[in-house]
Amino acid sequence: MSDTKASRAPLIHVVQRTSVSLLRQTVCRIAAVVLAVGTISVFLLGLGYDPFEIFGTMITGSLGTSVAFKDTVKYAIPLCITALGVTLAFRMRFWNVGAEGQICVGAIAGSFFAYTYGDTWPKWLLITVMLIAGFIAGGLWGMIPAYFKTKWGTNETLFTLMLNYVASYFIQYLKEGPWRDPQSMGFPIMPRFAKAARMPMVLGVHMGWIVALTLVVLVFLYIRYSKQGYELTVVGENEQTARYAGMPVKKIILRTMFLSAGICGLAGILQASGADKQLTETVAGGAGFTAITIAWLSRLSPIAILLVSFLFGVMEKGSGAVETALKISPSMADVMQGIILFFMLGAEFFINYKLMLRSDKEATKE
Amino acid sequence: MQETTAHEERLDAIRLEGLCKSFGPVKANHNVNLTVRRGEILALLGENGSGKTTLMNTLSGIYKPDSGQIYINGKSVAIRSPKEAIDLGIGMIHQHFKLVDVMTARENILLGTGGKLAQTPESLKELFGLECDLDKKIYNMSVGEKQTVEILKVLSRGADILILDEPTAVLTPQETEKLFAILRKMRREGHAVVIITHKLQEVLDISDRVTILRKGETVGTVITADTTVQELTEKMVGRPVSLSIRREEQEPGETLLDVHALSVTGSDGVKRLDQVSFQLHAGEILGVCGVAGSGQKELCEAIAGLQHPSAGSILLDGKRVDGLSPREIIRKGISLSFIPEDRLGMGLVGTMSIADNMMLKTYADQKGFFLRRKGSRELARKLVSKLEISTPSIFTPVKKLSGGNVQKVLLGREIDCNPRVLITAYAVRGLDINSSYMVYDLLNEQKRKGVGILFVGEDLDVLLEMCDRILVLCGGKVTAIIPARFATKDLLGMKMTGALSAEEMEDDYV
Repeated sequence: MSDTKASRAPLIHVVQRTSVSLLRQTVCRIAAVVLAVGTISVFLLGLGYDPFEIFGTMITGSLGTSVAFKDTVKYAIPLCITALGVTLAFRMRFWNVGAEGQICVGAIAGSFFAYTYGDTWPKWLLITVMLIAGFIAGGLWGMIPAYFKTKWGTNETLFTLMLNYVASYFIQYLKEGPWRDPQSMGFPIMPRFAKAARMPMVLGVHMGWIVALTLVVLVFLYIRYSKQGYELTVVGENEQTARYAGMPVKKIILRTMFLSAGICGLAGILQASGADKQLTETVAGGAGFTAITIAWLSRLSPIAILLVSFLFGVMEKGSGAVETALKISPSMADVMQGIILFFMLGAEFFINYKLMLRSDKEATKE
Repeated sequence: MQETTAHEERLDAIRLEGLCKSFGPVKANHNVNLTVRRGEILALLGENGSGKTTLMNTLSGIYKPDSGQIYINGKSVAIRSPKEAIDLGIGMIHQHFKLVDVMTARENILLGTGGKLAQTPESLKELFGLECDLDKKIYNMSVGEKQTVEILKVLSRGADILILDEPTAVLTPQETEKLFAILRKMRREGHAVVIITHKLQEVLDISDRVTILRKGETVGTVITADTTVQELTEKMVGRPVSLSIRREEQEPGETLLDVHALSVTGSDGVKRLDQVSFQLHAGEILGVCGVAGSGQKELCEAIAGLQHPSAGSILLDGKRVDGLSPREIIRKGISLSFIPEDRLGMGLVGTMSIADNMMLKTYADQKGFFLRRKGSRELARKLVSKLEISTPSIFTPVKKLSGGNVQKVLLGREIDCNPRVLITAYAVRGLDINSSYMVYDLLNEQKRKGVGILFVGEDLDVLLEMCDRILVLCGGKVTAIIPARFATKDLLGMKMTGALSAEEMEDDYV
């Protein structure tokens, strides 16, 4: 019980902050970006490159010309839409990591109409049907894990993750079997969409950007001002309270997951029909996972998602430009994303917690 | 008594001088002075938000004081972590137990000690007369048993200064008695004990001295033997308070709720309610008491539609309501406010604002796709001023409010939707006197309006004073329904443990 021992405290304490000012949040985030850029520069220097040249190339290569800018937007579209989709589920604390698969399924459903009616239906009808089909198919796909969760309490993280493989291998099957291009001379490849089945271009980029902007507003309104948005927040925060308030909890989970996955499915068909102009097994291309990162970095705020996904578009397009101009591997983009993420998440820690050193005033009294 | 002989050697186990702690602009503790001696039980009394918990967290090394001195055993110390607190011999029993459910009592006690204990749990059990099966898993334990494990845990790490934060809030009268017997034994062994409680009767029962906190400052320390409930209340609240609960005598009206042979079976196949029958009339308060876990929760949930009865029926105005969805039952005017042990678990969403919590049950009645928040903001403002809820604004998240204010928010909302039947469970759980009386007044006001109230309570004194009739549950069965004016605490206690059969009862009282 001796009190001399009591002075051996750890050097650093982690203490949760009781209140966080907006100023502090801003300062922390800006500091994170500066540190990230600094670290990347050191990394590049270590590899023998000039960081200024590389950053310059990235910026001009992604934003410098109108062609480059359009490409950047094209990269950002699926990221933004998918991030909005997973945000709905995340707000309900439903860990939907199956966006990748939901993108695939949405793309498959839309492509079905593109391949079947591409030559017969008028463009406006075909595009409308494809979008609706992508949304509904993605949504139904997402309801499978939700149904199992409400019925038997299965783990949605594993379930949605596993369904990704089912969906992406199904495209593989379609490519090698039923939907193989008859003119490919045996090559396993799917045909390109007919003209009528390609998304119309608006200002030089396929119309997905209009869908994305519209969804930002809709998801924002849905979460903040709709009764359903209120319900899903309550269910996410405290399921018992939701039940007690008379909310149909299972219905809310199913409905929210339908919308969440439906939006991801929409991203899928937009990508296939707008960007790729055919169905490929890389239609999702990791966007379903990157979207999760974007959603969290944006703290599940639709407006922030718009900005962050554009930033990710810049990085992706910019590193492509760096690759062609300076002959650096495009994996640079991944490394940079990793470093930026590391610092951004670190900033969250410093926003919510503070470190206290042992040498505070009390210790000196001893 | 031995205490008097030991009196001269009494050491101050804890002495606080001018302790201050602020959170931003809020002075949670300001110039707090307090002394706890060895071989003494000190009660720390104060309303919600008076800084008791802050003070205790400072002592257990969770917070660091802004200024002031802490002396332990006469030496000035700085406590920088819970581990340091333990090393100094300070043991904290929190309101929410910090035990690992899937482990046994013994494993929990050994956890984090590296097997080195100052005293073995066995010897402590004997020394203090603690009843505890050390090889029982925590999840199989009652609340009282878990508390015993917590006590063993801190004692076995060598604590001789014990701080208990509202230890009786979750205990039955019998369990409370047992706990007090243990605390008295600790006092005899020369330990220092600090007990935080709202229940004034308990303060008088157990403590030697009482230190009273008000708005973060110590307003005084009195010797328990020389004080009264009235004096303590006035010191705590800062003004005179009337202390009697009125039972408003009025003729009960028509039968509102008719529960007939209701049985509920738990998911594990055990019968939680067995053939429960009673009637609740308009303008009547029907008390429900029983040892914790006797079926109170299941009864509330079955009536509210949250649990499906396995047999029996529930009629509201002669029409069956069992089998309806919770939302339909809410719309028929049955309102449930259940205050669970953590206060937030049911009925409120912690991260949402007071205003947003207001519409939890009524938002569904709004027309259209979008929410209108105006009504709930107005209601929130009305409740904040009417019930004196202390909060920075109506947009403050509920989880940032203190316990009493959380309960006011919940109960205020339930009452505002003008229920016909109000089920309230543990409405004053952990509340201080002032807030408790406000709750009793609210319920009496509802009674006058002709609402039928099912009042599930813990404090038998309150039940006896306030209710018209009292229903006693024991193991899921109704062992008695007694008019409160014929009931006594002893009788209820016996009924709660099933010591008397229902037939004997009727001979005596009907």
